[in-house]
Amino acid sequence: MIKIFKNYLHNDFSWVPQQNPPHNHPAIAGKLLLPQEIPFSNQQIEQLLQQSILTKIESMESFAWGHRCRRCGNTKTYLFAKMPHASCQKECLYCRACIQMGRVMACEPFLYGSSSVQWPAYESPCSWSGDLTVHQQKAADELTGLVKTGHGEKLIWAVCGAGKTEILFPAITAALHKGKRVCLATPRTDVVRELLPRFQKSFPDVNIQALYGDSPEKDGNASFIIATTHQLLRFARAFDVMIIDEVDAFLFHNDPSLHYASERAAKPVSAIIYLTATPRKKQKKRVRSKDLPAVFIPKRFHGHPLPVPKLKLAPTLHRCLKNNQLPPKLLHHISTQQSTPRQLLLFLPSIKRAEEIAASLKKLNYEVQAVHAEDSQRAEKIAAFRNKEYRVLVTTTILERGVTFPSVDVFVIDAGHVVFDEAALVQIAGRAGRSPDDPTGEVVFYHIGKTDEMLDAISSIQYMNRLGRKL
Amino acid sequence: MRCIICQQEVIRDVTWQTFLKPPERKKICNHCSHLLEPIYSPCCPSCHRPDQELTCKDCLQWFESHPGLLDRNVSVFKYNEFNKELVARWKYRGDYVLVEAFKEEIQKKWLSAGYQGRKVVQVPLSVQRLMERGFNQSDAIIKVLEEEPLAIFDRTHGEKQSKRGKKDRMHALNPFTLQLSISEPVVIIDDIYTTGRTVRHMADLLKKQGCSSVSSFTIFR
Repeated sequence: MIKIFKNYLHNDFSWVPQQNPPHNHPAIAGKLLLPQEIPFSNQQIEQLLQQSILTKIESMESFAWGHRCRRCGNTKTYLFAKMPHASCQKECLYCRACIQMGRVMACEPFLYGSSSVQWPAYESPCSWSGDLTVHQQKAADELTGLVKTGHGEKLIWAVCGAGKTEILFPAITAALHKGKRVCLATPRTDVVRELLPRFQKSFPDVNIQALYGDSPEKDGNASFIIATTHQLLRFARAFDVMIIDEVDAFLFHNDPSLHYASERAAKPVSAIIYLTATPRKKQKKRVRSKDLPAVFIPKRFHGHPLPVPKLKLAPTLHRCLKNNQLPPKLLHHISTQQSTPRQLLLFLPSIKRAEEIAASLKKLNYEVQAVHAEDSQRAEKIAAFRNKEYRVLVTTTILERGVTFPSVDVFVIDAGHVVFDEAALVQIAGRAGRSPDDPTGEVVFYHIGKTDEMLDAISSIQYMNRLGRKL
Repeated sequence: MRCIICQQEVIRDVTWQTFLKPPERKKICNHCSHLLEPIYSPCCPSCHRPDQELTCKDCLQWFESHPGLLDRNVSVFKYNEFNKELVARWKYRGDYVLVEAFKEEIQKKWLSAGYQGRKVVQVPLSVQRLMERGFNQSDAIIKVLEEEPLAIFDRTHGEKQSKRGKKDRMHALNPFTLQLSISEPVVIIDDIYTTGRTVRHMADLLKKQGCSSVSSFTIFR
């Protein structure tokens, strides 16, 4: 009885087969797939099942009071439904939470592919020749140590612009050298698209695959995978080294299925690395109680302090926004800002507002574009802004993290809105002053009244700067 | 109660009416029900194409090439962007219960369409597609209408209609075969009426076997 409750409350992955017979089909290694997702013929599948390279696994756990989908970990009753199933002639249960990736039905078992594939061991995979700063080097050494022991967890708590990606290079090199399988998971598609060319440049001979919703490659049969956390729903006990970027991001933080999937994707004995600039309470607590070893990097790679946001009161802000306008004071500020060589990033709380303000700025003859989650040309517009093809980018929290523009000022309009929590504001402020050529930048929060989130964000930035100065 | 489409909690307005009456169970939230956009008149009288006062161009063409084949079509919702997304989720991803979201409006329209007493004919899927999808969308709708489906057609496996362009569809061969002839008036139930080719393929066979009148009822137009 107690065991049943325990299984329900804690994520229990003992159902993933422990025996892993070796094979050479990387396309199914460590994967939890629906029968129609397997890239083999029925005959081949039959054969692999006999060799127990593929194993059938029941797709749902049943409890007296509900169910759990074993792909996404969903236990909410309103996200399960029944349908008359044509192939069993019965009412069958299916999971609605992860239906975007194909329907999981209680009557159809998953096929799990054994994870022991001999991955290629690269002699010296990394060709990156840049230098790490002292702090970066320290963190990199710790991570390399962790990868070499092969078991444990570590949190890298580094300010925005500390050079987190470069810190990973030595650790990934060590892993690939030993023929281990590595996964770098991040919640956002934009970040995957940005990371792939950077890693391909630094690891030219390594087969690196990027997986996201509409990625050109879908196989996932490489030994180094960069993926959105959603893609991990298809993996189980697959990776020796698991790097989870932006553990605090809203998407990841608020979606229990992503936690479930990323926990399951790592092998039982594996090195797990978390990266964040703004850890949430849960992680801070674990760090404080010495449950989660952390490496702290309070300084940016170019050594300059983080720009501290300024608060500016704009009492008429809401009224103006309602009329699709900006307050005159703010417009004046934008025009003085635009006389400097820096570009401008404007953050707005919603997609609708972002489009309205972009349109009204366009009328005032600014070179302006709006970018948001529902924009099909998002990637092109961001690339154009980075190439300085236009001057002002109006956006939502979609660009709060993971993207780098060399020289920008950042204004947050209506910073008191609920979407701008402490983590988001710290991340947004971290967009300014990223380049060593222009290490400062102006960050202004326009508001109609200070909120705790704004003050917490500022004090946390000041705290990091203080720590950074001491070093 | 949660909205079956967006999974947000459905919060109803508190008025004297809702306060005094026993609570009615709403399947979808206000926001989603606005986006569904039911078709009201004016629409094409013979195919329900929305925002049209007279018989539309497509119908006139049909009248010329196949006179008297299909009496009329009745549809419930516009096939807008939001609904396209829903159909993809319902039919191709296989989220069966989404049909409940359309239930209220479908039943209303069904009663006002005046199809009572006609035999209800299901649009079949090829066996292969049925196994792939797990359910027949036409059956699902008929279940919502609380009618008895007549499965008198067979279908050979071919490419999906939705993957074809208009020209291709118009020249496509008839994938259906009629198993049982019927003389009473019938109504064919399908999910989408795009060019009207599918229902007319079926109507053609029915008429040749002596059916007196064929109409159709679809959720989207």
